[in-house]
Amino acid sequence: MVIVYTESEEGTFKKIALEAVSYAKGIADILGTTVTAVSINGASGDDLGNYGASKVLEITDSALKNFNAEAFADVISQAAKKEEASVVVLTSSANSKFMAPLIAVNLEAGYVANVTQLPDSTAPFQVKHSVFTNKAFSTTEITTETKVLGLAKNAFGVKESAVAAVSEIFVPELNPHIFDMKLVSVDKAMDKVTIADAEIVVSAGRGMKGPENWGMIEELADILGAATACSKPVSDLGWRPHGEHVGQTGKPVASNLYIAIGISGAIQHLAGINSSKIKVVINSDPEAPFFKAADYGIVGDAFEVIPQLNQKLKAFKMQNA
Amino acid sequence: MKILVCISHVPDTTSKINFTDGDTKFDTNGVQFVINPNDEFGLTRAMWFKEKQAAVVHVASVGGPETEPTLRKALAIGADEAIRVNAVATDGFSVAKQLANVIKDGGYDLIIAGRESIDYNGGMVPGMIAKLTGSNFVNTCISLEVTGNEATAIREIDGGKETLSTSLPLVIGGQKGLVEESDLRIPNMRGIMQARSKPLTVREPIVLSAATKALCFEKPEPKGAVKLVTNVDDLIDLLHTEAKVI
Ligand SMILES: Cc1cc2nc3c(=O)[nH]c(=O)nc-3n(C[C@H](O)[C@H](O)[C@H](O)COP(=O)(O)OP(=O)(O)OC[C@H]3O[C@@H](n4cnc5c(N)ncnc54)[C@H](O)[C@@H]3O)c2cc1C
Ligand SMILES: Nc1ncnc2c1ncn2[C@@H]1O[C@H](COP(=O)(O)O)[C@@H](O)[C@H]1O
Repeated sequence: MVIVYTESEEGTFKKIALEAVSYAKGIADILGTTVTAVSINGASGDDLGNYGASKVLEITDSALKNFNAEAFADVISQAAKKEEASVVVLTSSANSKFMAPLIAVNLEAGYVANVTQLPDSTAPFQVKHSVFTNKAFSTTEITTETKVLGLAKNAFGVKESAVAAVSEIFVPELNPHIFDMKLVSVDKAMDKVTIADAEIVVSAGRGMKGPENWGMIEELADILGAATACSKPVSDLGWRPHGEHVGQTGKPVASNLYIAIGISGAIQHLAGINSSKIKVVINSDPEAPFFKAADYGIVGDAFEVIPQLNQKLKAFKMQNA
Repeated sequence: MKILVCISHVPDTTSKINFTDGDTKFDTNGVQFVINPNDEFGLTRAMWFKEKQAAVVHVASVGGPETEPTLRKALAIGADEAIRVNAVATDGFSVAKQLANVIKDGGYDLIIAGRESIDYNGGMVPGMIAKLTGSNFVNTCISLEVTGNEATAIREIDGGKETLSTSLPLVIGGQKGLVEESDLRIPNMRGIMQARSKPLTVREPIVLSAATKALCFEKPEPKGAVKLVTNVDDLIDLLHTEAKVI
């Protein structure tokens, strides 16, 4: 059995959850088994069959209303034991990365993060994953009976399959220890696309000269339905919030499109955005190292290019709406 | 309060990544090793606890003798004692078990590790240590206060942050934000001199079997040349018709 944890937000499964189910189905096919999804206070599981889940374990418990890594890890581990899972599939969300090592200890399972494709072999179990912040890949063998995999975002894609999913209510046992961790407050901009979920990320660097010039960056992001991001010095200078800093010491970006404006392309920055599919660079210096890592580029002054781009993109969006 | 900072010894962020021995080993030729940046933020926060709350700070690393200069650097920054577990760190689960063993013997209240090592990006050692030692755990931690036995931590979530209250013993997976960039310390001459006489204990590892083993490495395909355009209309057209991303 392959177990997959499916995260939802506001009553719908996240895209990364559907990608994880698709991936789990891929492994299950190789192993000749089926996929069981675990949904904790989540969306109704019926449509998970469309991505390959045969069973959905639904957990509804007010004690699990807020994410609690230890509690969620215990629930998923119990589900894995009940289903006799040989593989547990998680995503690369902050919550998944928080829980994965706890699940690995619970199940005495080897864990590999940032997995980029289906296993090359399942006996022995060998799987490829990115290392050195996407500067390389490693093929790693997991030697334990149970395996925990963290799927890299956007690496596998959402794939449809037609399986009938049956839902089953699952009542886990909660360890009182979990109440040693209390959520005091959450500070999250609900109306903004997050870097983790975004298909498109618009990022700007020190070339923007100052925080007062971010209006055109925000506008570009708005038009594209994109998340905004920045280089490290920009967040160190306080021009943008720390949560927007991407790169080796910041957040990783694995979007379909990454637009870098006034960013030189230092190795530490590139490390974090390498796994984005298409990279566009707008920089006034033709020698900026970022051009070497880009798919498309414009050599030009952001203060001229971006307003034009915004205007033309608005027209494009109107036409293609 | 007794603090253990777990230090992973990693290639400097500017290192060229290459492999040797038929792509089975990281090529350390010409590579400079440093304290993992996420651990450096944590170590700096530990120094704050030492200075403001009289905490005792130990540092530990699982690795061969080559990691000792990195531990000495941590001592020069101000840690009181260092421990090296004499084992090759190739499997995160094993590293976590070695460190959990050090923690059980040392009776630490707070264990500060990094969100991930920037080399193999395992992101597993802190969580595993927490589970193995029965401690509370906060990952992607960007702020930490401790009063008596109680701790308040802020962690980064996708799209924001949340504040958690918990108790010791506690393990954190720390990262940038834990201290200001400008608070990071470069060891001074006095610190370096003092570090020479601080204890650096070498412990032999417990016998374990690994959960994972890296077989081989490869680098991404080299990138094709950038397509430069001179106007935004061409760019929009290419993104729409060729790249199909808008
Ligand atoms: C240990 C360590 C970790 C690091 N981690 C990270 C990380 O995670 N993320 C990260 O981003 N950095 C990181 N850095 C910093 C990194 O080395 C660079 O200093 C940083 O990425 C540079 O940011 P920038 O490109 O915004 O600024 P700059 O290097 O100053 O580049 C600004 C660019 O803007 C261009 N420009 C100027 N004016 C205009 C204009 N009008 N129109 C268009 N373009 C213009 C310039 O040509 C230049 O290329 C790290 C550094 C270290 C030492
Ligand atoms: N060999 C090691 N010795 C000591 N601490 C380590 C070691 N490897 C990892 N850690 C700690 O665990 C954190 C996360 O590492 P990782 O799980 O390898 O990504 C690091 O930032 C360190 O704090």
